[in-house]
Amino acid sequence: MRYKSYDKHYHLMLLPGMALLVVFHIVPMLGVAIAFQDFKIGRGIWGSPWIGFENFAYMFQIHDSAVIFYNTVFISLMKMIAHLIVPLVFAVLLNEVRIGSVKRWVQTIVYLPHFLSWVILASVISDMLSLDGIVNRLVKALGFEPVMFLASNKWFPAIIVGTDIWKEFGFAAIIYLAALAGINPNLYEAAEMDGAGRLKQLYYVTLPSLLPTVVLLATLSIGNILNAGFDQIFNLYNPLVYSSGDIIDTYVYRAGLVQAQYGFATAVGLLKSLVGFAMIVLSYRIAYKYANYRIF
Amino acid sequence: MVRNKTLGSRLSEGALLAVMLIIAIVSLAPVWHTVSLSFSDNSAAAGGFVSFWPRGFNLESYRKIVAEPHFLHSFFVSVQRVLLGGAINFALTVLMAYPLSRGGKEFPLRTAYMWFLLFTMLFSGGVIPLYLTVKSLGLFNTLWALVLPGAVPVFNVVLLMNFFRNLPKELSEAGYMDGAGPWFMLLKVFIPLSLPPLATVTLFSVVGHWNSFFDGLIFMRSVENYPLQTYIQQLVVQLNLADLDSTQAELLEKISDKTLNAAKIVVSMVPILAVYPFLQKYFIHGIMLGSVKE
Repeated sequence: MRYKSYDKHYHLMLLPGMALLVVFHIVPMLGVAIAFQDFKIGRGIWGSPWIGFENFAYMFQIHDSAVIFYNTVFISLMKMIAHLIVPLVFAVLLNEVRIGSVKRWVQTIVYLPHFLSWVILASVISDMLSLDGIVNRLVKALGFEPVMFLASNKWFPAIIVGTDIWKEFGFAAIIYLAALAGINPNLYEAAEMDGAGRLKQLYYVTLPSLLPTVVLLATLSIGNILNAGFDQIFNLYNPLVYSSGDIIDTYVYRAGLVQAQYGFATAVGLLKSLVGFAMIVLSYRIAYKYANYRIF
Repeated sequence: MVRNKTLGSRLSEGALLAVMLIIAIVSLAPVWHTVSLSFSDNSAAAGGFVSFWPRGFNLESYRKIVAEPHFLHSFFVSVQRVLLGGAINFALTVLMAYPLSRGGKEFPLRTAYMWFLLFTMLFSGGVIPLYLTVKSLGLFNTLWALVLPGAVPVFNVVLLMNFFRNLPKELSEAGYMDGAGPWFMLLKVFIPLSLPPLATVTLFSVVGHWNSFFDGLIFMRSVENYPLQTYIQQLVVQLNLADLDSTQAELLEKISDKTLNAAKIVVSMVPILAVYPFLQKYFIHGIMLGSVKE
């Protein structure tokens, strides 16, 4: 079948969106040039002196960099592992529930935190974890000393990972629930014929059927290795826990927008973007090769 | 499938339901605790006597909110950004998804556009260059700073595009046979057929606008222009963090109005809770859209 050419209209439809993407994505990308400058906001990008790779060199000299890099990778790795296991276990358990109304109610409730902002949840969490908050009341009732959770470098990363998984596990389970719904019921019937009980069916039918989904999600999450969750940490951290909780994004914010070291902060951000980009490309290639996954 | 009901299986069924109940309670507890706080007597809240039911039930903190012009104004800023930003997101998503859903033969440059989109999705200049761009465009302190940088929700475009592509080819062919142009096809055929995914992406973008605080924090120069989440971030979160590390902790604790803060948080959650039933209905379907391709 031959189409009349509507190209012109298609370009026209795409024009407004493309124009906005150029202004707010491509122009800032060119703006990373200031990573190579001693940028002064009064002089602008044309008037500021070029200093080559000095900002990058400085980054590798200061002690902070190693700590921040370690925090970022550590927190996001822990989150990644938690995100692979908790939603999977939850989905499998929920799938075993036979009462439809219970299933729907539980789903409705566990999805809710996903839709609340970190600003709101952080204020709720920091209230609950404060010295006279509800958690410390429980700690005291059990006979322990109260803990300043959000001021403790020992607790902070665990709280970040724990509250993140608390917020997202329900929503993340959706994809597993869909995969579970797609398992051929004949497999279960055959297993039952062969005398497999519920546990054996879980082990020999359910889990192997979910394996491809798990592998795919694990692969795709590699691309997020440098995203430890800005919104969450920004709203929960404080100077006392910088040594365990400061991540690249929060550091860039403080260096750039609070201390006005624009060039340096942009250099840090640029390096993060480049590494992140490489990781995403890598993870998509692996996903394409082994799971035949394509985004479009 | 018939499952035999032995004693063991009934026991495990019971245990399973108990686990589900605990999970549901844990998911809801923090929100529930905050709601209880907001309806409690201030001294009971400050003394740490409120758990999961209001102590000394009263509406005092909600009365105080109504008398706080800054809070109401921020609420209004957020409503404005949701309406304007949501409308812009919707229009651009539809306008971009349709041409990109056309095949390569019909629209040869499609692949080039797709690579461009993918690139913007994967790579960004970071927050500082965006900040400087918005500044140099003179958008600081205006509503435009909150809606234009995220005007194209690329992920939603891809989601809707995949849905369009899975609609039967015969639709377009029949339409074009009858002489319908692309605008007619989009507005009168594709959009009416795509209400569930459109509801999904719209609700995603509305929730995203309501929840975002960071753009308000860096692009707004005066407190009156803060959207609600930024306002709460500044007043509630910062205060909580401040009282952790200083000897003024107790003093601040006494001044800070726990029940009022809780009430502010509850009010800011209300719109999300109000659209939640609709979200619930569509988003599962919507999320799966992008993942199944023929």
